[in-house]
Amino acid sequence: MSIGHTLLGLLESGPRHGYDLKRTFDEKFGQDRPLHYGQVYSTMSRLLKNGLVEVDGVESEGGPERKRYAITDAGITDVTQWLAQPEKPEPYLQSTLYTKVVLALLTDRSAADLLDAQRSAHLRMMRILTDRKRKGDLADQLICDHALFHLEADLRWLELTAARLDQLAKVVAP
Amino acid sequence: MTLLDSRTAPPAAPESPKPASCGAVVLRDLGLGVRFAAAGGREGWIRTLLTAVGVGLGVALLLLASSVPHLLDERNAREQARSETQISDSPDVNAPKSDSSVLRINTTTEYHDRTVAGYLMRPDGSTPVLPSGVTGFPGADEMVVSPALRELLAEPGNELLRERLPYEITGTIQDAGLRSPGELLYYAGSDTLTTASGGHRIAGYGDERAGDPLPPLLIVLVVMVCVVLLVPVAIFIATAVRFGGDRRDRRLAALRLVGADIRTTRRIAAGEALFGALLGLLIGLAFFLTGREFVGSVEIWDVSAFPADLVPDSMLALLIVVAVPLTAVLVTLVAMRSVVIEPLGVVRRGRERGRRLWWRLLMPFAGLAVFGLTGRISAYEYAPEKPFGIAAGSVLVLVGLALLLPWLVEACVNRLRGGPVPWQLATRRLQLSSGAASRAVSGVTVAVAGAIALQMMFAAMNADFNRMTGQDPTRAQFAGYSEDVTGEAATSAVERFRATKGVDVVIGSVEAYASKPGDYADEDVQPTTSLTVGTCATLRELARIDACEDGDTFVVHPPGDKDMTAWVDETARKGKEVEIGSGYGKPLRWTLPAGSPTVHGRKDPMGETHYGIMATTGAIDAGKVPGAQITVQIRVDRSVPDVAEYVRNTAAEIDPGMRFVTLDSVERDRQYASIQTGLQVGATAVLLLIAASMLVSQLEQLRERRRLLSVLVAFGTRRSTLGWSVLWQTAVPVVLGLAVAVAGGLGLGGALTWLIQKQVADWWLFWPMAGVGGALIVLVTLLSLPPLWRMMRPEGLRTE
Amino acid sequence: MIPDGSLLAAHDLRKTYGSTPALDGASFSVHPGEVVAVMGPSGSGKSTLLHCLAGIITPDSGTITYAGRELSAMPDAERSALRRSDFGFVFQFGQLVPELTCVENVALPLRLNGVRRKAAERTALEWMERLEVDDLGAQRPGEVSGGQGQRVAVARALAGSPKVIFADEPTGALDSLNGERVMELLTEAARSANVAVVLVTHEARVAAYSDRDVTVRDGRARDLEHAV
Repeated sequence: MSIGHTLLGLLESGPRHGYDLKRTFDEKFGQDRPLHYGQVYSTMSRLLKNGLVEVDGVESEGGPERKRYAITDAGITDVTQWLAQPEKPEPYLQSTLYTKVVLALLTDRSAADLLDAQRSAHLRMMRILTDRKRKGDLADQLICDHALFHLEADLRWLELTAARLDQLAKVVAP
Repeated sequence: MTLLDSRTAPPAAPESPKPASCGAVVLRDLGLGVRFAAAGGREGWIRTLLTAVGVGLGVALLLLASSVPHLLDERNAREQARSETQISDSPDVNAPKSDSSVLRINTTTEYHDRTVAGYLMRPDGSTPVLPSGVTGFPGADEMVVSPALRELLAEPGNELLRERLPYEITGTIQDAGLRSPGELLYYAGSDTLTTASGGHRIAGYGDERAGDPLPPLLIVLVVMVCVVLLVPVAIFIATAVRFGGDRRDRRLAALRLVGADIRTTRRIAAGEALFGALLGLLIGLAFFLTGREFVGSVEIWDVSAFPADLVPDSMLALLIVVAVPLTAVLVTLVAMRSVVIEPLGVVRRGRERGRRLWWRLLMPFAGLAVFGLTGRISAYEYAPEKPFGIAAGSVLVLVGLALLLPWLVEACVNRLRGGPVPWQLATRRLQLSSGAASRAVSGVTVAVAGAIALQMMFAAMNADFNRMTGQDPTRAQFAGYSEDVTGEAATSAVERFRATKGVDVVIGSVEAYASKPGDYADEDVQPTTSLTVGTCATLRELARIDACEDGDTFVVHPPGDKDMTAWVDETARKGKEVEIGSGYGKPLRWTLPAGSPTVHGRKDPMGETHYGIMATTGAIDAGKVPGAQITVQIRVDRSVPDVAEYVRNTAAEIDPGMRFVTLDSVERDRQYASIQTGLQVGATAVLLLIAASMLVSQLEQLRERRRLLSVLVAFGTRRSTLGWSVLWQTAVPVVLGLAVAVAGGLGLGGALTWLIQKQVADWWLFWPMAGVGGALIVLVTLLSLPPLWRMMRPEGLRTE
Repeated sequence: MIPDGSLLAAHDLRKTYGSTPALDGASFSVHPGEVVAVMGPSGSGKSTLLHCLAGIITPDSGTITYAGRELSAMPDAERSALRRSDFGFVFQFGQLVPELTCVENVALPLRLNGVRRKAAERTALEWMERLEVDDLGAQRPGEVSGGQGQRVAVARALAGSPKVIFADEPTGALDSLNGERVMELLTEAARSANVAVVLVTHEARVAAYSDRDVTVRDGRARDLEHAV
């Protein structure tokens, strides 16, 4: 996820302090991984350097001085371009799981057990996400669903692979 | 659209077929339907076959009914051909004697409740005329017989009949001389028959006169029987065409998915129905032709028919051939109006609008109005148009009842709420679709209502008849008359009857006319009364005599008839002469003793009152009385088996031409009972046909619900719960149908009885028919239980 | 081997249809109030296992114990009675009696158990309310959507206050949104009423509503949670 573009987008609704930006970001997108303030600081200086934001004012009410940032026209154009640009679909071609299965087959270890254990782990995660989804609000539900769908896709792959283990064994270790 | 633009032009596409003309489209769709019906796999075949067999059964019955006019014509023609040529309006006039003339006497007798028709014949010359079907004149003591009679005589156990017909069989009467294959008929030769012993001289055969028109009441009966038995058949055909309709609708939905429009699906459905109906026509024809061969060997109620007589009337046959497929198509199209076949399934509609009552009531009331316009009809009145009025009215009433039923079922079922689970399942099911149930049941309603009305009519006619005869079968069971027998023969006849096995009492008397002697001008009537000669015991049966010794004579007055009493006294003057047997050669003169007491006559077992002069055998020599007639009335011991046949044999021995009747009111009841039985058998057959169609729909419905049944089993539903719900589902419409049938039948029966100017004899005649209806419910339920049990298996839960 | 405290347990079940083995030594257990998902590819014997557990069919060999009673030894009538009183069912489709209204459908198990109509329908309406379909009471199953119908079916399974609900692909005919809602309502209601659920499904996201999952493969049930 591009933090720069996200922060730029948040600035579009009006000028904000750096700390304010971090809080809004965490609230909306950062449930699992809150931003460090340092990240916000470094990102903002990069955006300032590129002319996408400008300093709107400086405040120091009995503390450290705080800059208020505002988005520039170039910044707005940049956000527009980012949103319009489709994300590149993740091809998932470099799969650790696949590697593990092939290695197990090559070394005469039980690939089926490996797959079952993975399935079980996936399901456990799905159960946790389902539980959280049930208790959470719409944002929670959407985020969990995104994860659940990915996990489900993995599970399907696990099942398919389990069903084709014999075939795969012939190909990998003739 | 880049996607489309980037594509290269398609290679020369196959030229799309030109749009076919409208007629061709219709033909194509119909043909498609026929193909579906014929090549729809096992399912399709079963459906087509069910329809075809159902339609076939109906068609066979219709063909049989349409053969009746031809059958009657042929029979009538054969009967006329063997009747004597009438030379005078009076049946007693003898033909002039010639080389070809024949003396004959009717010797028809009864054997074990069957009529054995026969003639004793004596040729006058060398070339006697022959009745049709007979090739050679039977010599004396020889006879030619019908095949059925030959068979009957050959059967063991019929020695008594053999004894009665002591003639040698020399030939067989051909079909041309028989009314029906089962007819028992013989022609026997004689060399002793004279006009004096009752012979009648005929000049030839072939009655040229037009037959009597059917009595109007009989026409009413015939038309009613046709209506009662054929309307349900028509309803059955209409039901049969709908067999498997739900499955077909789903198949058509699949066709909609690939682009067929609604009109196309209708035409395809029509094509399927058409195919089923056409196949049904063929099957019906096959049923009819095979059945016809068996008709000759089957005899029901003394009625049988030659296969060759069973030829459908060409117009009626044409009507059947055209009407049946047309009905099939129309019924299908009407049925499809209430469903919308969408690509993704079948939507039923027509629920939003309940059935209307008013136009359904119109028909029965129109029927009653027709009755009112027709007016009452009497048994003797000649009114050729009235029977058709009655028949038309009856058809309207019966069809009206059939139309009323769906409304009634819907109205009643929609009011049903709650109840135990099986009841709830059944009533809810009926609420959802009562149409199929009431359609099948409307056939039951028409059959039962018609049968009840007809039975009431029969019963009224019968009761009427019984009231008129007034016979008393406890005093005597048989009576015989032999005319033109000398007094001597008469007395010996009485003795011979007395000696017959099983006879208790013979009231045997010799009767002759007694007149006041003198010369009379042409206009004057000679005072005449009857002379009855018999033993004291016999005379006591005929008059209220206290003291009687052999040699006594009595003057007998008819009780309560002053004119006739005066007339008797005019002739029977005590102490004066009377002339006996005037008109039969030289009359005998005899003096009525002066001291003869006057007594009152009483009714004899035949129901006739005797009066005039009565003399004991010691008072007058019966053997010398000219023009005497023997009258015997015989009381038998009914416990002696075949007693009737012994008595008849004696009668035949005395005089084959003796008119011999059974004074048994039970006999008449039996005749009536056979008509009633016949009607009931017919109605039961029709009901069975309808039961079959109900069963088919029931099974179809169960098959559709196989999965649901399995789910219900999973729930732990008891089998009995579902069994009861199947029972209620059949019972509710049938009971309603029977209620309508009983009410309508009693109403129609009452109206018909009123129309023929009789009185309702028995309002409870509907019980047997109602019972049959009840049995129908049980039958359909019982037969659907085994498949139900089979379908209540968890296998149905496994998803395909 | 019957795990302690289990409500319903099966040991070494075998069942053959013709020559095809559907169950080949399957074992299984469920505790009161527990939601267990039975997963596995199609044709693996999931449904057969469910039918055996519910006493709809009897296994060729093996034992099934419900609340201390040997289910596999009971006569058919007794098993039917048990299904009426203690079990509830939800199937994929075609389970509602089309001619009965929805509330009558929900009341059906109660009525089969001998509860009077009024009382049964009152209880039925309460359950329909919990499953948010109480406004469909007077409608017939043909007039409601698939998701609504399935909720009615869930209400019906719960209405008889069963101890175990057997759900065979309850969301199989629904889209994911409707399917999840049905699962949510089913598991929530079951948990709050302490009803055990045996849930047969091939969808992981449906199975995720369970407390535990069991995989059936080639007629053998494996409890992965315990294997790991």
